[in-house]
Amino acid sequence: MKFGVVVFPGSNCDHDAWYAASHNLGHQAEYLWHSDTELKGSDCIILPGGFSYGDYLRCGAIAKFSPIMAAVKRFAADGGLVMGICNGFQILTESGLLPGALVRNRGLKFICKPVRLVPGTLNSPFTNSLELNKEVTFPIAHGEGCFTADARTLDELEAEDRIAFRYVENPNGSQRDIAGILNAQRNVLGLMPHPERATEALMGSTDGLGVFHSLVNAFATHK
Amino acid sequence: MSQITPEVVAAHSITPDEYQRIIAILGREPNLTELGIFSVMWSEHCSYKSSRVHLKKLPTRSKLVVCGPGENAGILNIGPDAEGHNWCIAYKIESHNHPSFIEPFQGAATGVGGILRDIFTMGARPIAVMDALRFGSLEDVENGVRNRHILEGVVSGIAHYGNCFGVPTVGGETVFEPSYAGNPLVNVFALGVFREDQIFYGKAAGIGNPVIYVGAKTGRDGIHGATMASGEFTEDSMQKRPNVQVGDPFMEKLLLEACLEAMQTGAIAGIQDMGAAGLTCSTCEMGSRAGTGIEIDLAYVPQRETGMTPYEIMLSESQERMLLVAYKGRENEVLDVFKKWGLDARIVGEVKDDGMMRVKNHGEVVAEIPSRPLADEAPLYNRPFTKPLRNVPMEAPAFASADLNADLLALAGSMDLCDKRWIWEQYDYTVRTNTVQGPGGDAAIVRVKENGTSIAMSLDGNGRYTFLDPREGAKLMVAECCRNLACVGAQPIGATNNLNFGNPERPEIMAQLVEAIEGMADACTFFETPITGGNVSLYNETLGDPIFPSPVLGIVGLMKTEMPVRISFLNTGRDIYLVGGIGAADEVRMGGTQYAKQIVKELWGLPPALDMEFEKRVHTVVRTAVAGGLAESAHDLSDGGLAWGLAESTFGNGIGAEIELDSELRPELLLFHEGPSRVLISTADGAALERIAAAQGVPALKIGRTAESTLVIRNRGAVLIETPVRTVRERWATALEALLHDDVRV
Repeated sequence: MKFGVVVFPGSNCDHDAWYAASHNLGHQAEYLWHSDTELKGSDCIILPGGFSYGDYLRCGAIAKFSPIMAAVKRFAADGGLVMGICNGFQILTESGLLPGALVRNRGLKFICKPVRLVPGTLNSPFTNSLELNKEVTFPIAHGEGCFTADARTLDELEAEDRIAFRYVENPNGSQRDIAGILNAQRNVLGLMPHPERATEALMGSTDGLGVFHSLVNAFATHK
Repeated sequence: MSQITPEVVAAHSITPDEYQRIIAILGREPNLTELGIFSVMWSEHCSYKSSRVHLKKLPTRSKLVVCGPGENAGILNIGPDAEGHNWCIAYKIESHNHPSFIEPFQGAATGVGGILRDIFTMGARPIAVMDALRFGSLEDVENGVRNRHILEGVVSGIAHYGNCFGVPTVGGETVFEPSYAGNPLVNVFALGVFREDQIFYGKAAGIGNPVIYVGAKTGRDGIHGATMASGEFTEDSMQKRPNVQVGDPFMEKLLLEACLEAMQTGAIAGIQDMGAAGLTCSTCEMGSRAGTGIEIDLAYVPQRETGMTPYEIMLSESQERMLLVAYKGRENEVLDVFKKWGLDARIVGEVKDDGMMRVKNHGEVVAEIPSRPLADEAPLYNRPFTKPLRNVPMEAPAFASADLNADLLALAGSMDLCDKRWIWEQYDYTVRTNTVQGPGGDAAIVRVKENGTSIAMSLDGNGRYTFLDPREGAKLMVAECCRNLACVGAQPIGATNNLNFGNPERPEIMAQLVEAIEGMADACTFFETPITGGNVSLYNETLGDPIFPSPVLGIVGLMKTEMPVRISFLNTGRDIYLVGGIGAADEVRMGGTQYAKQIVKELWGLPPALDMEFEKRVHTVVRTAVAGGLAESAHDLSDGGLAWGLAESTFGNGIGAEIELDSELRPELLLFHEGPSRVLISTADGAALERIAAAQGVPALKIGRTAESTLVIRNRGAVLIETPVRTVRERWATALEALLHDDVRV
């Protein structure tokens, strides 16, 4: 399986995603430059964390205009796997690939710490090898991670089983403890916590491998 | 250009003697631009004119040192990768004290930005940042609100810059003293990694090579205060320009990636960041180091504002800029990389063979100064020094504890000892996935993926000790840093220092500086940690009140990459050893302790006594035990002494301890003295630890066992401390936030 990690100016978890996929998972991973217009045969696109374009204006607001995002949107529309982590989640909501918005943390401060999560559904290419109601621990590192949407959208997300992860102890004020969501077609995931930073015992947790293994499963089945 | 009056000279902080020296170097009177250039290059900050005589006493070499002081950062060899290429670390500490007082957020942010540029200008990718912070008391009736504001601003400034840039802030220390109220300290340490054959130096090599300016445009920010104070030679428009710079971490991130990529082309001959003194410093230092000269034309310098004078352009301290020299004919390879990253890159001049720094503006020469005298021949002052300033008694006041449990709780809730999570959770400490141990341990650890080793780092400084005895205080600081590294199993290999002191023109302050440097030199020689660079920050005084003499040391060590041994007890029923023994203590040497500060609320006497030779043997024992997998936990005793060290070991996992001591010391001393050379180790194999200790002639006292959730300390049967772990931990964990948000008191 081949992972394509998009590099926007200001991305700073591109290396982490690349390292997790290639070194810790043992699959192929390649960087994709923001001004490129094709995805080099990637099977899964990762929009990594960081501060794309300095997060000026609004987090992810400028990245959505990158040439590569047009290709990512087409890829997603065709059923391709797309995972946006942290700033990548913000880019997905700004691009309209996912609903809702990520706003300033409730406490108005950047927070970096490991958080406990429960998978909201196993019915997705990103969570199929996790266990329902079994907690996983990933780090968070964000200032704008409070997930917000109108009540109808939230109800819809729940009704359609599209909550991928929920916080056990909500760190940032996200509505309904939402840490990650799926699109309606279930092939696009956005989440604030960093599974790629939990893929090795030295990092303090290997729970993030579950997300990557799920992707590998899904890809193998799909193929 | 006839405005050079004695007043103008004085406004540039140039003494009449220094002015005569300038005339001798130039063979004529300087013009205003040249005077400005001399004033920044010969400032204390750039030239170390008060400290250089003494800095020479510091050890700077070892077989691992690839590059010592004088470059942008020091470099150590950390061993080969699988293919036999040697890998290196570049590291340095630098202060941004004054700007952080004027504007805490931007002052601290640009402090981080500046030290990061020092690291990547050499070709190294930054992988860790740490901070040593000093603030005035949060409880101060008069200044508490301001002190809290400064702390919050500094912390969010560091977070803003480091998080966006993408470097983990993995540790540091925060201490509070009234003497920092008007003069907070913000010292930032950064460390990067690279291959030994990919090191770049700040040298303008190769006559005829093009000189390229890259990064942010030049604006009027940061032009030194002297110009703003003197109306006669400034335009009205710049009268109120802020002289604290504004940082843009996004720009710095682009600059990092572009510089590292451009270096890979092989088309770069030399590179230096524009930090203090901006274009001036980079131009003359690069020429001076290479024995060449640089000629630039300011017309080509990208400018943010119109109508800037040569004086302003040369002295601007706009952030996120670099100057580099490319090989002639290959400049387009370099320019293309910067274009890819969307950055300004302009050829502004070329390397000349005449040793002159020549600045033109639209073809007209506006400054012409020989590089070497400007960069390297700043006046040196052997300033007079007497006895270190000291206005506290030697004798201890009468003190006796009313309630030892209450004392322990008070220490837990004190600003210095309480949990600093509120601060470090605002820093991304896991980005780049190298953080093996982040904030909260004895030392921070980052792994080097490229060659399989890990680097342990510790920052330390104790202003109270150094105030009581500058020489011994400095030695204790070195010893503690090395002890911290031993606790994670690392071998110290190098150091960097930040010397924060008051006004060196006062002989009693100069004496503090001299003695501290000499103490540091002794200890760094003894512990084999050469100082490969650092920073001197003097004149830290407000209204004549100097800060405590506050050297800060950063020590780096090498270790295997493996799961770290942490400070917290892991399992119940394990033996607890005090390696190094109870140690000696008396009332006089209690005067600089946290007990004296928080409970007795006085400062007196002397710092704890240090026997370096014994200390080193303790390190060997601890390092051997930890690296050999014998220790389940290891924690050095320092601030707060034995009782506090035990308490801290219980917090992580809520596992308590039952301790039985056998000592003549009175309880206050036994529990809270801060004698060095002591480490707590919990282990399942006490016999093996005892053998290692015996081989080094170091006492390893079995003082008790880990237990369920209670901490009990007895001496000869008498209960001194008995408390649920939860009670102390709760106080420790919530104190800082309570202090920051307790607006009722104000």
